[in-house]
Amino acid sequence: MKFLCIPCDEVMKFADRDLPGDGTITALFTCGACGRDMAMLANPMETQLVSSLGIEIGGRTVPEQPFQQTRSKLESPKDDAFVEATAGDASIDAAVNPAEAPAARLSVTWSDEANDRLTNVPKFVRGMVKRIYTDYAQEKGIPLITPDVMDRARTDLGLEGM
Amino acid sequence: MSDTTTDAGAPMQEGAKAREVRGYADVSGPTESKMVEQIGSQVARLKARLADVGAVVVIASGKGGVGKSAVTANLAVALVARGARVGAVDADLNGPSLGRMLGLLGSRLEDRPDGIVPARGPSGVLGISTELLIEEGAPLKWKGPDSDKFVWQGVTEAVTLREFMSDVVWGELDYLLIDIPPGTDKIGRFLDLVSEPDQVLLVTIPSEVASSVVSRSATQLKEAGVACMGVVGNMSGYAQPGGGDLLPLFTGPDISDVAESAGLELWAEIPFDPAFGTLTDQGAPPGSDGDSAAARAFAALAERVEQGPGGRESQR
Ligand SMILES: Nc1ncnc2c1ncn2[C@@H]1O[C@H](COP(=O)(O)OP(=O)(O)OP(=O)(O)O)[C@@H](O)[C@H]1O
Ligand SMILES: [Mg+2]
Ligand SMILES: [Zn+2]
Repeated sequence: MKFLCIPCDEVMKFADRDLPGDGTITALFTCGACGRDMAMLANPMETQLVSSLGIEIGGRTVPEQPFQQTRSKLESPKDDAFVEATAGDASIDAAVNPAEAPAARLSVTWSDEANDRLTNVPKFVRGMVKRIYTDYAQEKGIPLITPDVMDRARTDLGLEGM
Repeated sequence: MSDTTTDAGAPMQEGAKAREVRGYADVSGPTESKMVEQIGSQVARLKARLADVGAVVVIASGKGGVGKSAVTANLAVALVARGARVGAVDADLNGPSLGRMLGLLGSRLEDRPDGIVPARGPSGVLGISTELLIEEGAPLKWKGPDSDKFVWQGVTEAVTLREFMSDVVWGELDYLLIDIPPGTDKIGRFLDLVSEPDQVLLVTIPSEVASSVVSRSATQLKEAGVACMGVVGNMSGYAQPGGGDLLPLFTGPDISDVAESAGLELWAEIPFDPAFGTLTDQGAPPGSDGDSAAARAFAALAERVEQGPGGRESQR
């Protein structure tokens, strides 16, 4: 999908995406030549169709997590279906990112308040949600995750209901 | 979404040629929605994961209740008994039974950044099933707008099936078995994800109806370019307790005739064996273990699969 600014004959650039929380998505595009903005508004069905594919309009901010779509969409999930991997398992680190030494990644810590909030997340998705926030913090160079950072990540990543 | 593109995409009316809009391919510059790239990386992830799998073996029929899951479970166990590393995907998201048959129920899945570690059954078969993810007895349901469900539900299920293959830490496997749900359309859906499975087993029973469905599936698979297919005739007679001749169960055609008319080889004939079925349903499929006719049939089937394309004893 491309959006063309007809007067300038320029492909508009993706600028922002917004999830108002009612199951719809808004994506903003800007023309680099004339500065005109355009919003693409999708209804809940269209939004669901795109998100069902595991796609974020405008591109991914953080990588997709294992079973991300299945876990985000299942009704009546089994609360204890998953056990979190033991942290600091070297074989896991190597398997995930052989090129990147663990030391090269910014170490991120969680504030007590942020941890509290994480325990309110259903266990079924908690491990995944935790990694999404951690990846986000690493991506943005934020060393400490606070509830405020979590809020920002939710808006930025469109993590409705997480 | 469609609404925003109609203006540019609509055919121009005669006389209303005020402006000329170029088509997608004529407009250079990156696709800012980045949708194609994301689908591409999902496909790449699936490919990378399956690169460590010797052979993808699909167990299908088109027809329901003919024993696809029981065949998958027992074949998996028979292959493990030969020393193979075997994984199994329960592609029947709505009516899962493979997890139970492989004794996986109650297993918890380790959630790692590189993927979900599959459950390991008592026989050593690795597996994944929606049965491990949803509450006991709950039907499979997806969150989403209730209206227009038909638009997105199929996509959601296809994505889950992809995640079951690409997001599971299978490690190195000799065989990944896929238990396909009933319905000839379901085979096609799987081929959309994995277009070239190494082997396909079409399970049927000696009944007129089941056999005609299998013939149709065979045609569909051939048209899709699947090269290696075999028929597994299940419930091909009643195995009397204590041995002796098989007693006929159905009055339908001979399985060998069914295979022949579909232009396929008959890879195995498995008798109806209540004790075998009970053990399978209890999560302890015997596979090739024991001296029953069913066990012998699974031993032979496992050997056939090992010699087939991608198998450890493949002649190619
Ligand atoms: N050869 C057999 N002898 C005895 N019982 C069998 C045999 N084959 C299958 N069964 C039993 O028949 C029942 C149906 O088999 P199964 O669930 O494997 O069929 P299916 O084709 O997977 O069904 P569905 O289409 O619903 O997925 C199960 O209880 C199974 O254990
Ligand atoms: Mg089944
Ligand atoms: Zn412009």
